[in-house]
Amino acid sequence: MTTRIGVITFPGSLDDGEAQRAVRRAAGEPVALWHDEHDLRGVDAVILPGGFSYGDYLRCGAIARFSPVMAELATAAGAGLPVLGICNGFQILCEAHLLPGALTRNAGLHFVSRDLRLRVENAATPWTRGYTAGQEITIPLKSGEGAYAAGDGTLAALEAGGQVVVRYLANPNGSVNDIAGVTNEAGNVVGLMPHPEYATDELTGPGPDGLGFFASAVAALAEVAR
Amino acid sequence: MSGSATEQTMTTGQDTVAAAAASPGQPQPYAELGLTEPEYQRIRDLLGRRPTDAELALYSVMWSEHCSYKSSKVHLRQFGKTAQSPAMLAGIGANAGVVDVGDGWAVTFKIESHNHPSYVEPHQGAATGVGGIVRDILAMGARPVAVMDALRFGPADAPDTARVLPGVVSGISFYGNCLGLPNIGGELAFDPCYAGNPLVNALCVGVLRPGDLKEAIAEGPGNQVILLGSRTGPDGIGGASVLASATFGAEGGSAKRPSVQVGDPFLEKLLIECCLELYREDLVTGIQDLGAAGVACATTELAAAGTGGMRVRLDEVPLRDTSLGPPEILMSESQERMMAVVTPADVPRFLAVCAKWGVQATVIGEVTDGGRLEMTWHGETVVDIPPGTAADQGPVYQRPLARPASQDALAADGPARLARPGDGSGLRETLLRLLAAPGLADPTWVTEQYDRYVRGDTVLAMPEDGGLLRIDEESNRGVALATDGNGRYTLLDPYAGAQLALAEAYRNVAATGARPLAVTNCLNFGSPEDPGVMWQFAEAVRGLADGCLTLGVPVTGGNVSFYNQTGQTAIKPTPVIGVLGVHDDVRKRLSIGFGVDGAPLVLLGRTADEFGGSAWAQVVHGHVGGHPPRVDLAAEQALAAVLADAAAAGLLAAAHDLSDGGLAVALAESCLRGGLGARVSPAGDPFTFLFSESAARAVVAVRPGAETEFAALCAERGVPAETIGAVGGGQLAVDGCFEVPLGELAAAHQGTLPAIFGRAAAPAVTS
Repeated sequence: MTTRIGVITFPGSLDDGEAQRAVRRAAGEPVALWHDEHDLRGVDAVILPGGFSYGDYLRCGAIARFSPVMAELATAAGAGLPVLGICNGFQILCEAHLLPGALTRNAGLHFVSRDLRLRVENAATPWTRGYTAGQEITIPLKSGEGAYAAGDGTLAALEAGGQVVVRYLANPNGSVNDIAGVTNEAGNVVGLMPHPEYATDELTGPGPDGLGFFASAVAALAEVAR
Repeated sequence: MSGSATEQTMTTGQDTVAAAAASPGQPQPYAELGLTEPEYQRIRDLLGRRPTDAELALYSVMWSEHCSYKSSKVHLRQFGKTAQSPAMLAGIGANAGVVDVGDGWAVTFKIESHNHPSYVEPHQGAATGVGGIVRDILAMGARPVAVMDALRFGPADAPDTARVLPGVVSGISFYGNCLGLPNIGGELAFDPCYAGNPLVNALCVGVLRPGDLKEAIAEGPGNQVILLGSRTGPDGIGGASVLASATFGAEGGSAKRPSVQVGDPFLEKLLIECCLELYREDLVTGIQDLGAAGVACATTELAAAGTGGMRVRLDEVPLRDTSLGPPEILMSESQERMMAVVTPADVPRFLAVCAKWGVQATVIGEVTDGGRLEMTWHGETVVDIPPGTAADQGPVYQRPLARPASQDALAADGPARLARPGDGSGLRETLLRLLAAPGLADPTWVTEQYDRYVRGDTVLAMPEDGGLLRIDEESNRGVALATDGNGRYTLLDPYAGAQLALAEAYRNVAATGARPLAVTNCLNFGSPEDPGVMWQFAEAVRGLADGCLTLGVPVTGGNVSFYNQTGQTAIKPTPVIGVLGVHDDVRKRLSIGFGVDGAPLVLLGRTADEFGGSAWAQVVHGHVGGHPPRVDLAAEQALAAVLADAAAAGLLAAAHDLSDGGLAVALAESCLRGGLGARVSPAGDPFTFLFSESAARAVVAVRPGAETEFAALCAERGVPAETIGAVGGGQLAVDGCFEVPLGELAAAHQGTLPAIFGRAAAPAVTS
């Protein structure tokens, strides 16, 4: 049975098509989900893609978190559904309090589009188990509000609990502790600012290093199904 | 509606057709609106009465230089002779040209200027420049898939450039990134002539199936006219506030507002998805974007191109500022609006699709067969004109032109008198100086603020020679795009300068491995009322038309921007030429980067001692004089054929066109891009070998083992090919002259813009 991974399209989502393509390349079946429907269509996992939902007006992700589909998503995530938020999706998950912390303006105040080296710190989540802890990968970052911030207590808990999933080798945006992505305490919800869906081959990206996020989920869910 | 009309008539106070007929002698502010006395008289003759305020506003914007091309039209007709290509599906006159690229795909592309708004308000000016060109592409029925920007500023270290450049870049970044369109290339140049008049030229490319092509026509009496997108506000109507103050006194409440429009990229993104769904559902019979001249332009052009008549209820136009009256509504350049023509039966489904995307859509009128464009305001007729008189029958001027007397002195002051570097260390220093010059330096500070990845089909982007997009994942077909322009060359010889810009863009597209197919252009010049400028313009257009005919690439459309000057001083004439090419298999693309150790380096083309208008003359000596490099279009064609054939056959590991700064700058860029050094041996005079800007040249790294086959290909095409060295090592070495470690090249090349405009990235934060 093919693993079905939903990709939610919000008004202003831009990377939804590319997230679907990455799922296909990882031998999963992408399922388009529309923000305005209270329906996850029975998918095995969900991706919140990048973009500028609602134009990033008010605050990145602050409006999208109130989209109808988010109610079902919160319930499902609480029950253990694997959820991945990429860039704007990460911002939405933080705004929805499904992940700790917040994303703020880049330290240089400019949008930064760059291929970056990352270190996988936690290879136990359903989205990263295809990597090994400590593995270094190259995937692009493209965001203007990607500086991860969290209070001291939250940060200490994240570090102590192994909830930092990926870290920048060269910090591009002033993220605290070089944090590029985190997971929740349960480990099923992951958010990161860089874009693994744009690193699935050498033709249109820096290489195939990002494919592991999608392949990990497909493999993890196939195991569950057995 | 009609019930309240009588009441409204009492209070609108608008100038009506009936009032205009009854008061022929009323003075009108035509001069303040930019119309000449003869133009005003012509409107009166066409209408057989004085125009109403609304009609005057409509004609003033439709007959403006920007909309009517009244000074350029007689010259632009020459482009017609280039448009003989069977690949062309739509050309000049359409919102954008469309070419068939094979495999059942068509591509539409166009470049347009937003120079003046970008000087007044750099961020919004540049942002709305992107928004406007994207809607042109959308109006053709295509999905916009990428943008490019050709930017020219005053000296990089001038105080005002610190205001204009970061604002322009942030505007493009803000709007383009939020729309989800990858920015895949463009230009960045600096020259004192642009200090008070930057050039911000935006290009957009879109993809469609040939059968899905849309037209800007209002056909079929009874069909409904729908305005969709943003509500109309007082954006960009400096002219109308003149009208308001002259005619309506203060009671209109029209505060003086900045004349630059404000962009909402989120709404434009929704508008794109909404229109594409409307197209898929076949709910549109005609569509036009609203750009310059807003509702005035869309209604007159749609009506003139269709059945011929249209009735519009202007009071139905949704407003952001309810104090606006008919003249302001007609002239407003509020962004993110489109006008569609829809059959009555399809209106409910049309409105439902718009509602799904949260896009406001309002029926404001219908197509008629009366041959008149009639507009009412709360029941009163405020416009009643034959639409063609505004859209197609504007004034056409044969402006006086004269070769400036200074041209001879400019030509006589050649670069021969300039001191050249005398030894290896002088050559080395020259290279480092050129690499660090703002116009040649690494533009990452700019391009890193643009999303190049989005949509996932970007195969090549800056700093490559051209942008390359995959358009079909099955067949790997793609399109390549490049823009080029050189104000120095064009100043010295407008005819040759335009051809050199064309040749460079053509060569850049070929250097990716694509075959050049079609041309768009953005002609940036000073005032057409200056005979010297008009001569430059006429010569450049003639050069471009002749060049496109010779190269067999049709001009599919473009844009003219006049009045680029500060006081009486015009900018250097700057035609910016965009060339589109087709790539049969994007997997065989060529990068500029030297990445294959030991690959032989071959210099293609003939190198002569040509330094007139060169980067060296400008950067080192502040000199512009003499003659630009010789144009040889046959050689360009042969070179492009060699590059495309060699790419298809997999003979090359890298290719880079030679232009500003010559071979030396190209070698340094390729070394830095690929991370490997190179060693070359100069043939003849090292200075000419390294820095000449002779056209029709490229440097290629041949795949080891393919040397013989490549040499045979060059011989067959008659392209001079000389092996000058090989890729390898950690430095750029020129035998007998100098060596520069890659780290030193990188420091020179990459340090300039961050030093001037600030570091984008900040140090890491740790708790």
